[in-house]
Amino acid sequence: MRTTILQLFLHLFLLFGLSPLLSGVIGKTKALFAGRVGPPLLQLYFDIWKLFGKGMVISRTTTWIFRAGPVVGLAVPLLASLLIPFGPVGAPISFSGDLIFFVYLFGLSRFFTACAALDTGSSFEGMGAVREVTFSCLAEPTLFFVFIVLARLSGSFSLDAMFGQTLATSWHTAAPSLLLILVCLFIVTLVENCRIPFDDPNTHLELTMIHEVMVLDHSGPDLGMILYGAAMKFLVLGALVVRLFLPGTTGNMALDILLFIGGLLFMAVVIGVIESVMARLRLLRIPQLLVGVSLLSFFSLILLLR
Amino acid sequence: MDTLLNLLLLLVILLNFFLLGSSRLVSCIRTIAFQGGILSLLPLLAHGFSGHTLFLAGVAFLLKGIAIPYLLFRAIRQVHIRREVEPLIGYVPTLILGTLATAGAFIFSGRLPLIPEHSQSLFVPVGLATLATGFLMLISRRKAITQALGYLIFENGIFIFGMLLTEAMPLMVESGVLLDLLVGVFVMTILMHQINREFSTMNTDNLTSLKE
Amino acid sequence: MENNLLALLLLLPFCGSVLAFSLPSDRLRPLLLPLCATPHLALTFLVIQSGRPLTTANGWIGVDPLSRLILPVISLLFLGCSFYAVGYLRCRIAWGNRNFVGCLLLFLSAMTLATISRHLGLLWVAVETTTVASAPLIYYNRNRLSMEATWKYLLLGSVGIALAMLGILFIAYAGLAGGEHVSLQLDDILHGAANYSRPWLRAGFVFLLVGFGLKVGFAPLHTWKPDAYGEAPGLVGALLAGGLTSVAFLALLRTLQIMDAASEAVMAREAFLAMGLLSIAFAAVFVVRQPDFKRMLAYSSVEHMGILAIGISVGGVATFGAMLHLINNALTKGVLFLAAANIHRRFGSKKVADARGAISLVPLSATLFLLGFLAITGSPPFAPFISEFTILQGVFSNGHFVTGGLFLFFLAVIFIGMGSTVLSVVFGTPPEKTGTGYENYRDTFATTGVPLIMLLIIFVLGVYLPDPVRHICADAAALLEVRP
Repeated sequence: MRTTILQLFLHLFLLFGLSPLLSGVIGKTKALFAGRVGPPLLQLYFDIWKLFGKGMVISRTTTWIFRAGPVVGLAVPLLASLLIPFGPVGAPISFSGDLIFFVYLFGLSRFFTACAALDTGSSFEGMGAVREVTFSCLAEPTLFFVFIVLARLSGSFSLDAMFGQTLATSWHTAAPSLLLILVCLFIVTLVENCRIPFDDPNTHLELTMIHEVMVLDHSGPDLGMILYGAAMKFLVLGALVVRLFLPGTTGNMALDILLFIGGLLFMAVVIGVIESVMARLRLLRIPQLLVGVSLLSFFSLILLLR
Repeated sequence: MDTLLNLLLLLVILLNFFLLGSSRLVSCIRTIAFQGGILSLLPLLAHGFSGHTLFLAGVAFLLKGIAIPYLLFRAIRQVHIRREVEPLIGYVPTLILGTLATAGAFIFSGRLPLIPEHSQSLFVPVGLATLATGFLMLISRRKAITQALGYLIFENGIFIFGMLLTEAMPLMVESGVLLDLLVGVFVMTILMHQINREFSTMNTDNLTSLKE
Repeated sequence: MENNLLALLLLLPFCGSVLAFSLPSDRLRPLLLPLCATPHLALTFLVIQSGRPLTTANGWIGVDPLSRLILPVISLLFLGCSFYAVGYLRCRIAWGNRNFVGCLLLFLSAMTLATISRHLGLLWVAVETTTVASAPLIYYNRNRLSMEATWKYLLLGSVGIALAMLGILFIAYAGLAGGEHVSLQLDDILHGAANYSRPWLRAGFVFLLVGFGLKVGFAPLHTWKPDAYGEAPGLVGALLAGGLTSVAFLALLRTLQIMDAASEAVMAREAFLAMGLLSIAFAAVFVVRQPDFKRMLAYSSVEHMGILAIGISVGGVATFGAMLHLINNALTKGVLFLAAANIHRRFGSKKVADARGAISLVPLSATLFLLGFLAITGSPPFAPFISEFTILQGVFSNGHFVTGGLFLFFLAVIFIGMGSTVLSVVFGTPPEKTGTGYENYRDTFATTGVPLIMLLIIFVLGVYLPDPVRHICADAAALLEVRP
């Protein structure tokens, strides 16, 4: 019981404390590449703080759904984070089959975000919602294939066990499969968090953007919740990637946690590099790439079952 | 050694996927060259260093990795074609078919009566999957050059399968096989040039006057 | 000494080809063809005369009864075509002939290598080389249609031959899986085939059948054939239909030998029978009302490959018939293609609608075409009658009544179908305005002498079969008989 409470505490601490920092690291890396000074590392904290202090403007045509979007968007990553281990820290909540719960939690948040976007009645936001839903439904099979591979390797259907101690030994027996799903999971993280090359989080008022367009009408604390939720979602998916990448433990809890945080920051740097050297894909190419990634994850499953 | 070998073979499969999904001819030809380069490493990794394997690797690298890609690059430079715009079967469907074929190859090769030393090796499934990829490319593309690329991938598949049997293949025959491939591609590129000059496109759709 | 003979046989046309590529004069270069072909034939006779089986020290090339049968066929056919080519290339002097002559000689060299190779890898390389060497020959006319035909031929041929390579690898693997010494030498394979792993062997056979069957032109793998034969110059058509198909068929016979040695003959022969019947059926369907007389010849080639396959599959006396038919088919195709080329040149078209009444314009070529048609459809007194009759006799005496019935029915359909086309080409009313280009063509000895001599040969063979020919056929047939 005590460990569970400790885990819960650590999870919440990492989630709330660390998540906006990752976005700052990405921004700093990109600025470095572009030869700029860039915003401070803690910029997102300031932004969120500022937004929570502001008032809101809400369109008269909207209903409660519009308000529900940001709330769900914040609650879902919070809940999802409790299902997965953060590096060496085990998941506070774990049950058999929680991987499906995990995937559909994000489905729920997407549903509400899209509904909130549609609720404004703006055709522009509707278009964003369509794109978001299309791409995420193409990314979802990949996530499932990745989980199936891990479930097969660990022999368990709970995320805690799948990303648990067995992972390190699996790297010895099924390295090719794990390497492939690591790539797949990383790409899913990029898609789900609207990063380049799938979406550009910095563009506004551009016809090709996806996620940002849906939240144009939100303001004040609502927008703050959305930003915070997005940062947490990034941390949650990133935690899976980092765990897959750094499966082992040194035995020392504090060192392991530091390693985990280091891994997260490293991933943020990598994403920053990717965003600096790549251009956003043409919208038509995105589904093609996503299908390709799904097929890759399917292939890794075949490789494992052989 | 074996892990490296398997990783290389896996890379071959990934390149297959890339070839099926890419419309840009330049990157396709580069990928073919890269695949050829990987293939030329296989004899060394699979059978160790000896005169035979060194020679085979050298010839394979020269022809598959350098000479044939050079010919293809020259062909597309002459005809100013950069991409395959309208394949007969779209890129996503060919990718899906390619993955299914690859999966099939892996499952099928598990059932083949292989000798015990080969039962874990990836040579057979990767060879079959590459064959299937080449075949798919041959039937799903319109341009003469992409059909030729399909034929090359097909040949690569056979080369991979042949790795199991290098002792049966004398050097002279092996180099004859590769040389024939080179000359075949050479003649094909000349024909591509002519087709393009005659029809001002390289689509083989135009080659339909001969029928019953 | 005899080994040197084989080396000489290979090197002669190869050196000729190198010389042709380096010789600057378009006028003199065609003379290289008969200059190489005549000693090639002489050497061939020397080789088949020595009774002992010839093999080189490492056993890679050698002469067995099957090579003894096919080597003179291609050599003779090539000699005929080389004399024809001299006259033909004189008319086309403006087009240049460096590639044409060079590739022709390379083609001969590759066919020779395929005939005498006793190593499956070498055989494969040789057959693939024939594909590559003959593609420029088909493209000689340099128009859109020949381009299309060449592209199809090259791509299909290459893919087919690649499948054959896979088949060869499978057979080698069968040896590995059967615990035998891995080798691709025919003698090693025949020696150890009894222990070969069955699944691999059968799979290898299927790939070889498809791969080399594509080169032979079995239906439904024949689609390149009408295009290539139709668009290639006549003498190239003759060489493809008479020479290349024989060589590819030899490759199939090698496969059959392996299957026989592994006591898998039943499966192999059934596959041959199915392919043969299908080929004849396809040919019968497409030959009827064929508007293009060169394409018609291509379908006739498909038919005769089918007949060969049926003869081989039935066994017994039919094998002998098939061996004899291989000779007859090659020579008769030579007559037909060369005569058809003359008619084509006179009218500037190979469509029956444009080319009619050839008998009044080019009487000699038209007569040759008509007689060639009679010969190829198995009318007495020409040699194909004897061989087809022997095959039919074998079919019925072995109790294949359904096969025999279908065989006869399709032959009748093909006779009628080809007949209507040939007769309207030869005897129809000449069109008002005859074609373009070559209107001033008249029959000369240079263009009709060769088919005339070939026709005489098959006439003589039809009336009297000399003992050496009979022996060669019988020996070759004996090699293919199933030994219980």
